[in-house]
Amino acid sequence: MNQLDNRSKELRRLVVKMIEADRRGHIGPAFSLIEILRVLYDSHLRFDPANSMWPDRDRLILSKGHGCLALYALLADKEFFSKEELSTFCKPDSRLGGHPEIRKIPGVEATTGALGHGLPMGVGMALAAKIRGQRHRVVVIVGDGEINEGSVWEAAMSAAKHKLANLAVLIDHNKLQSYGPTHEVLDLAPMADKWRSFGFAVEEVDGHDIDALDCLFKKLPLVTDMPTAIICHTIKGKGLPFAEGNPDWHHKSGLSSEVITAMYDCLAQ
Amino acid sequence: MRKASLDLVYKLAKADPRIVFIGSDLGPGVLDVMKKEIPDRFYMEGVSEQHVIGMAAGLAMEGFIPYVNTIATFLTRRCYEQIALDLCLQDLPVRLIANGGGVVYAPLGPTHLATEDIAILRALPNMTIVAPCDADEMKRLMPKTLDWPHPIYIRLAKGGDKVVSRAEFGFEIGKAVPLVEPGDALIVSTGVMTQVALDAVDLLRAEGIHCGVLHMHTIKPLDETSLAARLPGVKVVLTVEEHSRSGGLGSAVLEFCSDRMPEQTAKIVRMGIPDRFADQYGSQDSLLKHWGITRETVAAEIHSRLKD
Repeated sequence: MNQLDNRSKELRRLVVKMIEADRRGHIGPAFSLIEILRVLYDSHLRFDPANSMWPDRDRLILSKGHGCLALYALLADKEFFSKEELSTFCKPDSRLGGHPEIRKIPGVEATTGALGHGLPMGVGMALAAKIRGQRHRVVVIVGDGEINEGSVWEAAMSAAKHKLANLAVLIDHNKLQSYGPTHEVLDLAPMADKWRSFGFAVEEVDGHDIDALDCLFKKLPLVTDMPTAIICHTIKGKGLPFAEGNPDWHHKSGLSSEVITAMYDCLAQ
Repeated sequence: MRKASLDLVYKLAKADPRIVFIGSDLGPGVLDVMKKEIPDRFYMEGVSEQHVIGMAAGLAMEGFIPYVNTIATFLTRRCYEQIALDLCLQDLPVRLIANGGGVVYAPLGPTHLATEDIAILRALPNMTIVAPCDADEMKRLMPKTLDWPHPIYIRLAKGGDKVVSRAEFGFEIGKAVPLVEPGDALIVSTGVMTQVALDAVDLLRAEGIHCGVLHMHTIKPLDETSLAARLPGVKVVLTVEEHSRSGGLGSAVLEFCSDRMPEQTAKIVRMGIPDRFADQYGSQDSLLKHWGITRETVAAEIHSRLKD
């Protein structure tokens, strides 16, 4: 796994800015996501922050809604809303809650939080585009623990049946779920074979490697009449040595000023 | 009733490109004509209700109006979280056409009965719940579903039910139909229990008791205005439903009274399915009789309460 560059550190500092506001958040699951979202928003998704409902925009559903700190950081970075608003995270009147909600937050395409909901909705969105002959893409980001949910596999079968080449599922495979390692809680292996057998074109990539992600996303769809699954190998808590690969950092609350400072120190340029 | 409903999905779909039909492994031949004529808006998905609701939500988020059809209990229990979050929290115009509301599938046993569907859906903000009493009313309902901006649960009865609705009342979602204006008593009914209520009114009339029937085809939003106009003038109000006594129409009426007309609560009597799973097979009629939900018991209950 490569070192984080300044932009990746900067985006992570935006996440810490949110955590600092309420001293809580799903830190590990956000930090594994940053490069995936960064490459999508920097180079691949079509969107217009001034017109967030632009009909031709690409749709991104963060099905692992608990990773929303990373999404909020990217949406603020792209000026869907101001970076100052990040400091309102989880405050009573804030738009930015612990899981993302549609219509409250510009750029959020679906309300998620309970797991296993994003892919079925993504199938519906991709089908809608296919019915109307629209050319935009639908990207659904799921967690690896999330794909324990049976609804994910119901939707996967449907996506293949409808040959939704405009749909890509990105699996944030950080190998940890809430309780511990995914291979101990509910083994997902062989993950690529699972998606392949459900009718997806599958690739695997280092989910923190900017160039590799960029190169792979350029190839979408991988096959002209199949949905795509990209298994992004990531590290939960990436960028914070004390949090990396540590299930205790799935969610934290009551974080002290010292810990916040330590986080900023890890992410200094 | 189901045929009337699905035929109208097809007819409405022909005229409105927003309409999409999604079935969950229905019987062979369902809406073949739509499948043939409008194949890109006919989807027969598998036995995957959680996915089906999410998929319908995704289509609705893109401006479509999905009509989803399968067996009532599978369309509510299995995918409750999807209904709550994907449809109700996001407040999307998805229509759930639920076959066999109540105990239509009595011979198939308790796994196939929908006896708490109204209760669990009524607890969800933004949900609308409609239970028409016959095929004619279903025909009046369906066009009204087109531009209703919220999710709708449409509870179907067995089919072939006696037509008792009347065209002159029209149909508005959330507006009850006063089929018989009350005298001493009032029955508030929904779905095909309205037929039972009207039969009971005939029995009571023979005994010299004048009883009204307020057909509450929409259970949520509840027509509070129609209730408020009629409750104070009667001595007894009996709610009857093919549903658990917990959480359905009777509960909704009681909650309304408790909140707005507490002096009326004592006159409310709730008739419905007792708090237990079905312990008999048989038929819809035999199971309702087993639980004491018949024209005779409705009439006897009102008679008895009036005497008290």
